[in-house]
Amino acid sequence: MSLTTYVEAIRQGIWEEMEKDERVFVLGEDVGIYGGAFKVTAGMLERFGEWRIIDTPISESGIVGAAIGAALMGMRPVAEMQFADFISCAFDQITNFAAKCRYRWGAGVPIVVRGPSGGGVHGGPFHSQNPEMYYVHTPGLKVVCPATAYDAKGLIKAAIRDPDPVIYFEHKFLYRRIKEELPSDDFVVPIGKAAIRRTGSDMTVVTYGAMVHAALEAAKELEREGIDLEILDLRSLLPFDKQAVLDSVRKTNKVILLHEDTRIGGFAGELAAIISEEAFEYLDGPIRRITAPDTPVPYSPPLEEFFLPKASDVVRVARELYAY
Amino acid sequence: MAETQVKMPQMGESIFEGTVTKWLKKKGDKVQRDEPLFEISTDKIDTEIPSPASGVLQDILVKEGQTVQINTTVAVIGDGAAKPAEGKAETQEPPLAQAKEPSPPPGPAPVGRPVPTARGEKEEAEDGDHEHIRSSPLVRRIAKEHGIDLASLSGKGTGINGRVTKRDILSYIEQGAPAVPPPKPVEAPKEAPPAPPPMKFTGEVERVPMTAMRKAIAEHMVMSRRTSAHVTTLFEVDCSRILKAKEKQQAEFERSGVKLTVTPFFVQAAATALKRFPIVNSSLEGDTIVYKQAINIGIAVNLEWGLIVPVIKHAGEKNLFGLAKAINDLGERARNKKLTPEDVKDGTFTITNPGQYGGLIGTPIINQPQVAIMGMGGIKKRAVVIDDAIAIRPIIMLSLSFDHRVIDGASADQFMAEVQKELENWPV
Repeated sequence: MSLTTYVEAIRQGIWEEMEKDERVFVLGEDVGIYGGAFKVTAGMLERFGEWRIIDTPISESGIVGAAIGAALMGMRPVAEMQFADFISCAFDQITNFAAKCRYRWGAGVPIVVRGPSGGGVHGGPFHSQNPEMYYVHTPGLKVVCPATAYDAKGLIKAAIRDPDPVIYFEHKFLYRRIKEELPSDDFVVPIGKAAIRRTGSDMTVVTYGAMVHAALEAAKELEREGIDLEILDLRSLLPFDKQAVLDSVRKTNKVILLHEDTRIGGFAGELAAIISEEAFEYLDGPIRRITAPDTPVPYSPPLEEFFLPKASDVVRVARELYAY
Repeated sequence: MAETQVKMPQMGESIFEGTVTKWLKKKGDKVQRDEPLFEISTDKIDTEIPSPASGVLQDILVKEGQTVQINTTVAVIGDGAAKPAEGKAETQEPPLAQAKEPSPPPGPAPVGRPVPTARGEKEEAEDGDHEHIRSSPLVRRIAKEHGIDLASLSGKGTGINGRVTKRDILSYIEQGAPAVPPPKPVEAPKEAPPAPPPMKFTGEVERVPMTAMRKAIAEHMVMSRRTSAHVTTLFEVDCSRILKAKEKQQAEFERSGVKLTVTPFFVQAAATALKRFPIVNSSLEGDTIVYKQAINIGIAVNLEWGLIVPVIKHAGEKNLFGLAKAINDLGERARNKKLTPEDVKDGTFTITNPGQYGGLIGTPIINQPQVAIMGMGGIKKRAVVIDDAIAIRPIIMLSLSFDHRVIDGASADQFMAEVQKELENWPV
């Protein structure tokens, strides 16, 4: 069997759900004839036709609004944001409408809004952001951030089948860098379940998205020094797997919270609060955060390199925490 | 409302007493929690102490100028209804000390600090409980579950600053019964020297008792001279490039509210050289040389009322801006008496500035337990010979006093040559 890339895994996931369920359709900018800016929808127009693969005008608010309307009429739309950065144009539709329909009227909105997020590809401040926390802060939504090809496929399928709005952030740095052999059966990855990527005993790194790979790289280097990292990939941020976080911290007693998103208001802060509320007496050292600094994503490649958290940052902080 | 006893705080690990220098409130004054209540002076720092509670300052038990041991009640804050007691400091000493069991042997007396009285040790051992043993929430929970007194792990912590870690307490439990901690070398308590007979002077004289800070400086200087084999080496450094760099960056720093002086250049050069010559960043502990990972550089700050050495923590990891900012901040707080005990702790190397008033250079005394101190002379334009031509260059003389017990002249000179190289090749 061949290796499947992260981006191909997303494509396969959508494709399979479209084959199975005719309510599923895709809409977004350039998703049809062009096959999507990152080719996630390549070949779909030919297979499913223009009624199910819809090229839209450049209006994220319109795309999500139309998706919500279709969902209320019984469809299962998958809306693509060409870059996750532009999801802010659809903020009101997502937070005030999609997120609140079930609460307000008992009407679920089974939409998926997906888009490429994250930096590392010299995309500059408007094509590199990690906007997950705006949506994590919105009750009524679900937010997922896969880190592997398996999860990319399993989570897009779970998101499409979910009865509520799911914001699906795919990391563009991983698109063609991450590949693995995928099972041929019809699998899903449950939303809200974390995965232990590496078991270890000295400290836990809680992370998600592209940073899972930075943590794994750091773990390899630290292993040589006798520092044994446990790496917990959250996979879903809303809801997130609190029990897995607490279990791991209670086991290793030290924790590093790592994300590519900026620091203030990042998910690490929320995790730190929960750990100190519910596992304080299991801590053998301070809760450490590794995040991007609180600035826009720089356009200059060396500055971007500096801005993004990397394996060497994990190594440095892990050494400090180990010695603590 | 319950009365709150205001205690003399312990400002630093090796501080056993403090002097009330000024009351900022009068008896009967209303006081808010966290409002400055009085000023104290200790061996390490002078600082304001905030009120621990809101209420009325019912009683002042320790007068200005009086020195008392830590944890002595210095004042009482009540709701104003209670009748002020006619208390005096002497009668307020906690009678606990006599009543309790003899305390376990205390830890080592920190080098260079006044040897505590037996009384002081006892109070620390008993009242300190776990506070003086650094640990973590996990370690405290494990200790509680196993009925272990954390004090019995004193000195056994392998974490940063001797913190007792999970590994430490687990291996302690594994090793079996909580044994008596091994005796630590303790300096024999010295008897207070008899007061010297008054000297005879002709003419009128004024006798002023030394402040706590003055006394601490005096003791430390003599102790350092007695401890280390001081040798001083001198270097001349051409400051053309750092002055150019300073001029170039000054305005930019000022826009961020940071004043750029030459000092951070020397701190950065020293930090770079310390990384290359870790022996200069060491300490001597008996027959063992202790190399320190962190490069924490103390900067001697001259104050109207004495001298203090706030420490730039992790100077080796800061850039010029970070150093300049830290120096600004520490200097400012030193002058405003806002330094905390943390600010003057854990120095690994010191820089002093004997050239401040135009002096050519000085031969500083090592700040124990460090092993070297660098002095900066004044920068002055001088005629120097470069390629057989006479040029005018801004020259500074630097001195390095080092402890010949651990550092030989060659290492000291190589260290200084590195400092010189850094400064003279500063990127402009």
